[in-house]
Amino acid sequence: MTKQEALFCYTLRLGDNALILGHRLSEWSSKGPLLEEDIATTNMALDLIGRADALLKYAAHVEGKGKTEDDLAYKRGEREFLCNLIMQLPNGDFGYTIARQLIVSAFDFCLYEELVKSKDETIAAISAKAIKEVKYHLKFASDWTLRIGDGTEESHQRIQKSFDDIWMYTGELFEMNEVDTILIKEGIAVDLNVLKTRWKKIITEVLLEATLAVPADAYMQTGSRKGVHTESLGYILAEMQYLQRAYPDAKW
Amino acid sequence: MNMLNEKEIYELLSEIPDPEIPVITIKDLGILQRVELKGGNCEVYITPTYSGCPAMKLIEDQIKEALADKNVGNIIVKLVYAPTWTTDWITPEAKEKLRLYGIAPPLHSSVDKGVLIGKAKVLKCPQCGSQNTEMISQFGSTACKALYKCLDCKEPFDYFKCI
Repeated sequence: MTKQEALFCYTLRLGDNALILGHRLSEWSSKGPLLEEDIATTNMALDLIGRADALLKYAAHVEGKGKTEDDLAYKRGEREFLCNLIMQLPNGDFGYTIARQLIVSAFDFCLYEELVKSKDETIAAISAKAIKEVKYHLKFASDWTLRIGDGTEESHQRIQKSFDDIWMYTGELFEMNEVDTILIKEGIAVDLNVLKTRWKKIITEVLLEATLAVPADAYMQTGSRKGVHTESLGYILAEMQYLQRAYPDAKW
Repeated sequence: MNMLNEKEIYELLSEIPDPEIPVITIKDLGILQRVELKGGNCEVYITPTYSGCPAMKLIEDQIKEALADKNVGNIIVKLVYAPTWTTDWITPEAKEKLRLYGIAPPLHSSVDKGVLIGKAKVLKCPQCGSQNTEMISQFGSTACKALYKCLDCKEPFDYFKCI
């Protein structure tokens, strides 16, 4: 694998994570439990989609085949997406969405904190922007984990179950392969093993304060690095890509 | 017709108001970065406030419209992420315009720490000036604003978030 191929894969991973999670959060639009949370989830979705736009634009540039960020977002099939499985999970109830958001925002916080130092200028610049927004997302997810966890008996049980159910998707966030090896050597990517300790610390602190138990590590779901996804991604793309596929190159 | 130079083009574009908050300009906000004339092209560099700011497309259109009949060559608007946009770039004059418009201006990043995170009541109501204010939500009507209410005059207001 060449450095260019590795870089393309790497930016796709980052871009696809932002795009698919952004899409999931946008599904709360008009369905939030409270008006403020409806606005909060869609605001975060907007941050993520903006980040996806920047990352996929760069990915297209790195690929060097004349594609645009729209081509990458709307014309690839499931097997070509490199988003982690956790991003594509259905939203579930609000507590489940919050559990996923806490896990992902804590991960993004640790990741982008390091990527601002990347030797790749574009990734560093996008990361400097991302880290600021991620801080607000992490704060939001932490606050709601506290409210729901240290809430009523029902809210506590339900969000505990959410964390228990979603835990098997956390391991995959830290998976690395040849792409990472090549780019870490170039000073572009980050060693995810180092991030894992920091991430675990953040999650543990929030969960314990929320009177929740940290789930034990057991079997971890895997596959997205090879483009093998959950069935959810198919449904997401069917909706998200519908317009572009039905009316190719349509413009507003 | 004489061709405008980079400085003149920049001055012209500095007048463009922000689509969401028309009392301040894209220069006041630090969105407008610089203008470069090279090889028959007029390159205008802008930086987004938030990653997904939907106003950026509109600002790009307004830039092109402002320069359309000015004979500056091929207009290319470039979105850049570095240097990273920060509310610290907003001038004190622009902050006062925000306040008069009814939006609590962003505190400087050095003092903002407690605002959206702690319970410290430091934000002044832009309507009545009282510091007896409370946050309703960290996310408001746009990506850049949070929602507050004043416990004295009872009016809600937006806070331009520090970032």
